[in-house]
Amino acid sequence: MSWDAIDSLLPVAIVLSSLLPGVFIFLVDEENHLLRTVLNLLGAVLKLALVGLLIWGVWLGQPIETRIDIAPGLTLVLSADALSVLFVTLSSVLWLITTVYAIGYLEHSPNRSRFFGFFSLCVSATVGIALAGNLITFVIFYELLTLATYPLVAHRGTPEATRGANIYLAYTLSGGLLLLVGAVWLRTLIGPVDFTVGGVLSGLPASMHGQLVAIFALLLAGLGVKAALVPLHGWLPQSMVAPAPVSSLLHAVAVVKAGAFGIVRVVYDVYGVELAYQLGLLGALGLLASFTIVYGSVMALAQDGLKARLAYSTVSQVSYIALGASLLGPVATIGGMVHLVHQGIMKITLFFCAGNYAETLGVHKVSQMDGVGRRMPLTTLAFTVGALGMIGIPPIAGFVSKWYLGLGGVTSGQYWVLLVLAASTLLNAGYFLPILYRAWFRPAPAEWPKEHHFGTRFETMGALLWPPVVTAVLCLLAGLLASAPFSPLEWAQLIAEREYGL
Amino acid sequence: MPEPAMTAPLVLCIVLPLLGALFATALPGRAVAVGIVTALVTAAAAVALTLAVWEQGTLHLVLGGWEPALAIALRADGIATALVLMANLVALGISVYASGYFQDAIRIRSFWPLWLLLWAALNGLFLAGDLFNLYVMLELLGISAAALGALTGNREAIAANLRYLLVGLLGSITYLLGVAFLYTAHGSLDIGILAAAIAANEQLFAVDAAAMTLMISGLALKAALFPLHFWLPPAHANAPAPVSAALSALVVKAAFYLILRLWLDVFAPVTGMAAAMLLALLGSAAVLWGSWRALRAARLKLLAAYSTVAQIGYLFLFLPLLVATPEGPARDNLLAALLLMAVTHGFAKAGFFLAAGLVQTNAGHDRIDELGGTAQRLPATTFAIALAGSALIGLPPSGSFIGKWLLMQQAIATGQWWWVVVILAGTALAAAYVFRVLSRAFGLEPTPLRFITDPRAEVPALVLALVSVAVLGLASGPLWTLLGLSGADA
Repeated sequence: MSWDAIDSLLPVAIVLSSLLPGVFIFLVDEENHLLRTVLNLLGAVLKLALVGLLIWGVWLGQPIETRIDIAPGLTLVLSADALSVLFVTLSSVLWLITTVYAIGYLEHSPNRSRFFGFFSLCVSATVGIALAGNLITFVIFYELLTLATYPLVAHRGTPEATRGANIYLAYTLSGGLLLLVGAVWLRTLIGPVDFTVGGVLSGLPASMHGQLVAIFALLLAGLGVKAALVPLHGWLPQSMVAPAPVSSLLHAVAVVKAGAFGIVRVVYDVYGVELAYQLGLLGALGLLASFTIVYGSVMALAQDGLKARLAYSTVSQVSYIALGASLLGPVATIGGMVHLVHQGIMKITLFFCAGNYAETLGVHKVSQMDGVGRRMPLTTLAFTVGALGMIGIPPIAGFVSKWYLGLGGVTSGQYWVLLVLAASTLLNAGYFLPILYRAWFRPAPAEWPKEHHFGTRFETMGALLWPPVVTAVLCLLAGLLASAPFSPLEWAQLIAEREYGL
Repeated sequence: MPEPAMTAPLVLCIVLPLLGALFATALPGRAVAVGIVTALVTAAAAVALTLAVWEQGTLHLVLGGWEPALAIALRADGIATALVLMANLVALGISVYASGYFQDAIRIRSFWPLWLLLWAALNGLFLAGDLFNLYVMLELLGISAAALGALTGNREAIAANLRYLLVGLLGSITYLLGVAFLYTAHGSLDIGILAAAIAANEQLFAVDAAAMTLMISGLALKAALFPLHFWLPPAHANAPAPVSAALSALVVKAAFYLILRLWLDVFAPVTGMAAAMLLALLGSAAVLWGSWRALRAARLKLLAAYSTVAQIGYLFLFLPLLVATPEGPARDNLLAALLLMAVTHGFAKAGFFLAAGLVQTNAGHDRIDELGGTAQRLPATTFAIALAGSALIGLPPSGSFIGKWLLMQQAIATGQWWWVVVILAGTALAAAYVFRVLSRAFGLEPTPLRFITDPRAEVPALVLALVSVAVLGLASGPLWTLLGLSGADA
């Protein structure tokens, strides 16, 4: 087989590497752990290998594209550029880690085939979003992600889970409809909307600018729901009823990132950052993102539930990406892009740890966390790395993001960005440091709310312990080795160079 | 004159189920076997017909050797063939499902002859080339459908289907009156000849317009266009599940097909924006009202029936856009999208009703609020409802997603943006009523160890639903080819 043929099949193979195992997992008998685990891990490892090929191809600058006509004039395009590689790699790596975690987490609970089936579909939809080469493909996978996530949020089957899932669905489907209208409208104006570096709309006459602003509002409303921009964020705290692996992967990475990634795509590869700036769209986006950053942090301060606090923290942190996209200039772009990865690995660490506290000790609230550091030192160490990274303490990944965002604000003359970042950092410290203080320095209670002993020599089951430790190490590496080749920062710089034609 | 081998499927599609109906009546003890064999060969004939039209384009056949003006003419163009293929594949699925559905001998003996008769009438209607022949098939279809619908045997079913029968008769008589007008004015019943005569005689505009009004109103009653939909929900909701599937997916579609045929072929010179707007306005009301009632429905099958009212409404939204769009790729896309929506709804709604029937037999009722446990006991069936449901909503990938995309695109392009608002509202309501059902499937009740528990009942529903999503949603290009449309980038 020639290299060209491989290049044209690679994107579709990456989507199928989780889609097909997912379909088979539905058919696996509930008690057949072995087959299900093999299918899960096989898909995850195969996907990683394919992504490795993809990174290599994009690095060399080869065109990698699959085109499938679903109807005359409507084409499903899966292609890979530097930006998609960033998101694909993030989701594929974290999928493998989360699959291990989920296998441990869900042991002995019912409906595992259903869970892992939909879990695989979610990841397929996420990489589909990452690889979407035009707007209709993006819309299709964006909706698929909504549908595949719904059963996972509802998974526990309690009335609260059903309620949370329905709220999630109401928000995301309404957003999806607005996105759809925006996409159709744009398609009517200019024909097929292929994502192109530098945007595709700059040649349109000024008389159309009114329509372009309206379309941007529709697209942003649709994407803002998943990216949890205030006031469209209401579903995120509600869907924390989902099992921990779902909160970790989907609500830290896949779903919210799909929204943020979409905003980045629309700003850079549909409108083009120059045109978006001229139309005043960047200013509006920056305002919305800044407000969300501060609001999410303030809300997080008030939460006693650990997952709820993390959820509001997500609301705040994901908007850093939108903030980066809203500032004109390559430095801010680097900050936003790199945060796409950094926020993902830091937040997934925190959610894994929250799941471990709940499963091992029955601890769900911040006020119950006194002394957990001594009972579960490795988990708490991982949690500490994630939390300090979120605050932006060097040398953890989050520092790099904030540094570039701040620098980007200064170089584009928008000094207020520094204020937003400073306020957010103070608030981050305000809601994370008390947790760390309780965990490490307060005495442990005589009895934990609901303690499980897994019979291992570690503090909890191995499948639960190692995933957060691994992701915490990744957070450190991403910060320490930020200028090594193929680091997230290096890759974000590559994207910024290509977008600005440097 | 085309090759007999090419036109043979045209005749076979109608004759085979008719023969099957005769055999099923003559051999009541073997009705199921006769039915299944007939279903297989008829579906094969439909596939052969599709291949013939795919290669040759439109097929014509005149029976009985009379002059074309009066003869029984059969005709298969792209639109008819697309619907025949959909109807026969769906009918095959329904037949497999029905072979296990009916348990007592009396029902089995009544179901198969009537069902095969309905099938023959359906194919006859799609393939008829003259207006009187169409009328005969329409009557046959209405009577066999009402008889089938009453097979449940309870009071509500009989009352609902008696009303269905009378409404159907009223509809076909109104249609026949219009046909009489046309015959008096132009002296022919052949669709092609009439179309030419109507285009040529502009002084007969008033007669033609009156005939059109009569014929389309009669058919709108049969197609259950709002506000003439009142008979549909009770009739479809109370019929046995395979019959509900056939009524909702196919029979209503046949009436719509006739409206479309008249609109495009016969009355093209008479139709105008005013008539199209009126029909689309009624269609919008159907979309909103039908979806709203589906959301409020207490029972699963009633929900599905109201959803049919809404889905038929979408098809009427295309008419003003067809009028406003000049010949060319954009109009081609629009026409193909219309057919795609109709065909997708056929597969999806049949799958939905078959699955709902299984839920009903399993639970002993179909009250949505109490279905949690059953939905979880039957994962494959719930999955079929989910797939069919996403096609009804118009979520990607499904044929109706592409259909709605092209519909909205053309609505924006022609400046008729208000239909976009209707589509959005209808889609949101559809999502609400589908997920009202699906949200019951994730409760705390125990679930079985296996995905599929009853293959003969679950596989047809699953396959039909899957076609509406995966096949029509990911590879709808062949439909354009079958319709003979180019549909380049619009």
